[in-house]
Amino acid sequence: MFKNLMDWIEYRLPIMRVANMHAIQYPAPRNMNFWYVFGFLATIVLVNQLVTGIWLTMSFEPSAERAFASVEYIMRDVEYGWILRYMHSTGASAFFIVVYLHMFRGMIYGSYQKPRELLWLFGMFIYLALMAEAFMGYVLPWGQMSYWGAQVIVSLFSAIPVIGPDLVIWIQGDYVISGATLNRFFALHVIALPLVIVILVFLHIVALHEVGSNNPDGTDVKRKKGSLTEEEKTKFKMHEYYTSKYDIVDDIVPFFPHIVLKDLVAFSLFLIAFCYVMFFNPGMGGYFLEHPNFEIANPLKTPEHIFPVWYFTPFYAILKAVPHKLGGVICMFAAIVALALLPWIDRGRVKSWRYRCGLHRWNLIVFAGVFIFLGYLGGTPQEAWKIIASQILTIMYFGFFFLLWIYSKNEKTKPVPARITG
Amino acid sequence: MSNVSLDANDSSVTENQPQDNNRRRFLTVATSVVGGVGVAGAAIPFIGSWNPSVKARAAGADVEADISKIEPGQLIRVIWRSKPVWITRRTPELLDSLTQIDDLLKDPNSEQDQQPEFARNSYRSIKPEYSVLVGICTHLGCSPQHLKDGAFEEYVEGVPEGFHCPCHGSKFDMAGRVFNNVPAPLNLVVPPYMYIDDNTILIGSEEGAA
Repeated sequence: MFKNLMDWIEYRLPIMRVANMHAIQYPAPRNMNFWYVFGFLATIVLVNQLVTGIWLTMSFEPSAERAFASVEYIMRDVEYGWILRYMHSTGASAFFIVVYLHMFRGMIYGSYQKPRELLWLFGMFIYLALMAEAFMGYVLPWGQMSYWGAQVIVSLFSAIPVIGPDLVIWIQGDYVISGATLNRFFALHVIALPLVIVILVFLHIVALHEVGSNNPDGTDVKRKKGSLTEEEKTKFKMHEYYTSKYDIVDDIVPFFPHIVLKDLVAFSLFLIAFCYVMFFNPGMGGYFLEHPNFEIANPLKTPEHIFPVWYFTPFYAILKAVPHKLGGVICMFAAIVALALLPWIDRGRVKSWRYRCGLHRWNLIVFAGVFIFLGYLGGTPQEAWKIIASQILTIMYFGFFFLLWIYSKNEKTKPVPARITG
Repeated sequence: MSNVSLDANDSSVTENQPQDNNRRRFLTVATSVVGGVGVAGAAIPFIGSWNPSVKARAAGADVEADISKIEPGQLIRVIWRSKPVWITRRTPELLDSLTQIDDLLKDPNSEQDQQPEFARNSYRSIKPEYSVLVGICTHLGCSPQHLKDGAFEEYVEGVPEGFHCPCHGSKFDMAGRVFNNVPAPLNLVVPPYMYIDDNTILIGSEEGAA
């Protein structure tokens, strides 16, 4: 009976075929380590943001007069409103934590290299859309930092020659940041950008499954059809979409349940950290929710220090390091474009840092340190030494890409094992 | 795949049909162009709706100020885009004194972009006699006080008149230029303005600009 029903549906909608192709019979390298859980976690956080976001819109009022009060209403009077809002605000920061780790994983194991360039680009587009989404979401509570943060970010566009000032008015829908700006940011935050992000995530996964998952060794688990003996081939049943084109080495496991179960372990650890923040420390010392935002937006009173939320501060530090306005904006965007161009900046053919030169390892570690230090500089009050420090670090940030481009041409690499190790 | 192919380039299908690739190319391009124009046209309302609405434009409209009744040394306040704008009539003695305090100021020559091009001079105005400034401190947005007839000497020795911010003690001279060693980083903003005639100033637009 049930089988008949399933067959009836399958004949009309390929549910099992998709489940087999993308989960149950999807070949995942068996050496995927903890670095590989962050894509899964990012998906979970995305679902959290979508669901809690929908519930928040049920009580939020997007107007300059009512926005701040309606957030207080959600926090105090709506049943469980506080938990929905803290899930959403903690989720925003959690999203960037897992995305940054996910990106760093891609960098250390060379997951952006051929043939995964497009996969990496889709990821960068998700990251860009996510930044726009987070920025606009931060404006909605209409607190002091919402308002003045929006002021700083929107005025970046005024640095564009000729059209800049008019473009700012067009974005704001007014001569200042106002209720008109709040309303359009609300529309973009709850409808336009979530749609874009969901579509990009879909494309990201489709592109991943087309080329297959990389792994910490960077050894390809798919080989030319007919090049492997039966002994060397995997014993697991993989979907014919993959086996018809390739021989698959005995170094893989089916994505479901093997990888999913590992991801669930990571998810439970993640939940512990997430719940700690959500229940005991939702403001995270002013980093997840900044203190000036507990005060309603006041166009006539600038907060003493204006910082973006922590996940933007590395780029904010780069912006401030350049003493020229347009130059600063260009450098800030170049910092993101450089990441997107990694597949072409890195001219090496060996993927994982395990088998690349020592300089490459140090370059990556220093880059991570520079990124974190820039974040600190961009998120703390301005001091004279910090300007010089952020200028040096900005040069070091771009230096990573320049060095990589130089040494990856004729790099001394170690031999990559033919089969996955360990 | 079925046996019937829709691909016109498949010769087995098109053998018996007249083929005119130029005509086909022309029709493709023509359809694309017309369709593209349609898409561009349809985009107009979506892009246009982001411009300031009539309500926002009315609230942000230019403001006219009558300056014929300002006595020498007097300051009047006008509201423009919800911000106070100060118009001061400066005496010749005051104008002389402005050129002598350069070493006390952070940006005496108005190098920072805090004024329209026409006000990048030592008086920061079109006519030296009349100064037009946005009365918002560039530190944290308080509105400074106008101190004159020697009252400003309390804050800067030898300078009888200026603006002092009660919030954090920032000090500006009568051209809105910020003094050294105060929290405000920049000179006061000079808004865009123009003279409609000798007695009337229009705040919000510049000569030559739309």
